[in-house]
Amino acid sequence: MASHYEAPIRKPLVLGDKGYHDVSVDIAAPVEGRANKQWWIVFSIALAALLWGVGAIIYTISTGIGTWGLNKTVNWAWDITNFVWWVGIGHAGTLISAVLLLFRQKWRMAINRSAEAMTIFSVIQAGLFPIIHMGRPWLAYWVVPIPNQFGSLWVNFNSPLLWDVFAISTYLSVSLVFWWTGLLPDFGMIRDRAVKPFQKKIYGLVSFGWTGRAKDWQRFEEVSLVLAGLATPLVLSVHTIVSFDFATSVIPGWHTTIFPPYFVAGAIFSGFAMVQTLLIIMRKVSHLEDYITVQHIELMNIVIMITGSIVGCAYITELFIAWYSGVEYEQYAFLNRATGPYWWAYLLMMSCNVVSPQIMWFKKIRTSIVISFIISIVVNVGMWFERFVIIVTSLHRDYLPSSWTMFSPTFVDIGIFIGTIGFFFVLFLLYSRTFPVIAQAEVKSILKSSGSRFKALRDAGKPLYTISKNGIVRETIIGNEEEAAVSAEPDKESLLSTLGSFDSGTQEPDDLKKVKGIGPLMEKTLNKLGIFSFLQVSKMTQKEYDMLDALTGAFPGRAQRDDWAGQAKMFLNNDK
Amino acid sequence: MAATVIHAYYDDDDVLMHAVKKVKAEKHHIEEVYCPFPVHGLDKAMGLAPTRIAITSFMYGCLGLIVSIVMMKYIMIDDWPMDIGGKPSFSYIENMPAFVPIMFELTVFFAAHLMVITFYLRSRLWPFKKAENPDVRTTDAHFIMEIEVHNNESELKDLLLDTGAVELNIIKNSH
Repeated sequence: MASHYEAPIRKPLVLGDKGYHDVSVDIAAPVEGRANKQWWIVFSIALAALLWGVGAIIYTISTGIGTWGLNKTVNWAWDITNFVWWVGIGHAGTLISAVLLLFRQKWRMAINRSAEAMTIFSVIQAGLFPIIHMGRPWLAYWVVPIPNQFGSLWVNFNSPLLWDVFAISTYLSVSLVFWWTGLLPDFGMIRDRAVKPFQKKIYGLVSFGWTGRAKDWQRFEEVSLVLAGLATPLVLSVHTIVSFDFATSVIPGWHTTIFPPYFVAGAIFSGFAMVQTLLIIMRKVSHLEDYITVQHIELMNIVIMITGSIVGCAYITELFIAWYSGVEYEQYAFLNRATGPYWWAYLLMMSCNVVSPQIMWFKKIRTSIVISFIISIVVNVGMWFERFVIIVTSLHRDYLPSSWTMFSPTFVDIGIFIGTIGFFFVLFLLYSRTFPVIAQAEVKSILKSSGSRFKALRDAGKPLYTISKNGIVRETIIGNEEEAAVSAEPDKESLLSTLGSFDSGTQEPDDLKKVKGIGPLMEKTLNKLGIFSFLQVSKMTQKEYDMLDALTGAFPGRAQRDDWAGQAKMFLNNDK
Repeated sequence: MAATVIHAYYDDDDVLMHAVKKVKAEKHHIEEVYCPFPVHGLDKAMGLAPTRIAITSFMYGCLGLIVSIVMMKYIMIDDWPMDIGGKPSFSYIENMPAFVPIMFELTVFFAAHLMVITFYLRSRLWPFKKAENPDVRTTDAHFIMEIEVHNNESELKDLLLDTGAVELNIIKNSH
């Protein structure tokens, strides 16, 4: 870390005057705070949608698939559309954490945790559909090749639907361990900050006793790198295998060799759009604007623009090949998409996916948060229609005109889809209140090279650190209970010597109660010690907090947890 | 642990790196360094051996590939060589393209999961494991270097204070 050369053209990725401790405080704040009213409102809506979906699923399974809008010709529609859509959304998470790690993109640090969470939660939604679209879902375990009493009757390994089982379960489980391993140091940080015994226990449990030894970090980084190296081909393969469901068929409009890369590009496209939607809200709600900056949003927009262009190329290629093939079935499939009864779906897909990302070429637009948010939703709608168009328009009119038909969904089809959206948001909302939503250890590791505070220091030619030679010396004797503190014996004078004294004659005392965590009682105690101003409080560091705790004996760790110094600094700046 | 150890606290990764290099140059053995985030180059400066976890992952991946090939060869070719949609089930190689997706997935599955399990076991991480960092600040913004004392306490103390330690904790074991 010693050399921190970074090209001056690079803009800071962490804004504000942030040190290492500030990062911990900012990222732990949503976890340690309480949910506000809006959170409960949104959570209730999501939960209601989830319950509605659960009802629809129970109705389907107990009554039969006939409750859906499927018919003898169109036997896949909303179920597999939603499945592919959710799998696609899940891909951006692994792309951000794995591919961007391989390319050493530092901007991934602020978004990878949430993107991975999004992967896990959306793959869970996707995983529901292969089960519930079965006619006899209680026999779903037959897809697993386990020895059995039917003379050991096995599965057929030629089917892409079985490949799907292997692909999705591998993808979900590998993403899960990748995500969880990355979470260990951050859970450790929250565990060590926790004041309430219950929190301490829970975060102690989920952090697996992370200790942060040099050797642990060495292995951790190697594991992350190898997992990224494994997850990248996994992302490509999983959506490739999902695309094989269609590409290996004989249906005109499905049987195409372009599907594997084209589905993957579409997955990245829609996945990034979903990350964009979620993070634009999250940065605002969780006050993480200093970490998820406009630069992050712009870079995600650029990825959306590029993958949107790849998808556009694929559409044109498909159309060209259909014309070039001379196969009238293929030609009719595309004619039907553009001018048949589902022309509106095709038009919607084309305009959302091909046209909308192209406006990102304008810097004004791609750096606008509002427009980015709108486009990200438009893209997700478009990508849903892409899957719908591919599946339904290819099925409803194919080889035999006598089996041509139409498809329209029932409320059960729609209810299950709404239910998965609700389930997704239930999980994501719970996650955003209990998990460190930004990988703090990773952000800290780029703080010196890409934090605006250190960038400013470097530009000014100032050193990024100072070696002070007057450390405190303590002695701890293990074995007998007394802890001899040699020079750290807290007393009022040494506390005030670092915070600066307050002259009540010339200065006016601040209302310290403004600081969250300082009540009237604590204010009196602080005044008794000679602390009256925000300036004094803002100078407090770990050492002073400890001294204060020793002096007051009340609420140990409270001051640090509430970050009194940071809050006081804020009030100082407001007063200016 | 009968010996006395010194915990030197640092609040900056660059200061820590300089300190590690200096302490190593003075031929003291660093027992352990606790960091809140990965400090690049620290393992080299401390003289830690490189980790072999990637090699284990490669071997696990090979194992996964073998498992998938053996499984599908037995099930599709040897046990029930059925005609499913005209696919040739006479030998493994003839129907091999259809087996590639699962061969690939199982390779990745074994390589990823067994490596992660290896990491958890080697680094002694599991649920209900108690954290062993000596100070809660090491997961926030402090770095601790742990050095054992062998009748050179004052010399070591001066050296560590000189490297910019913000705090020294001399831990004596009275047992």
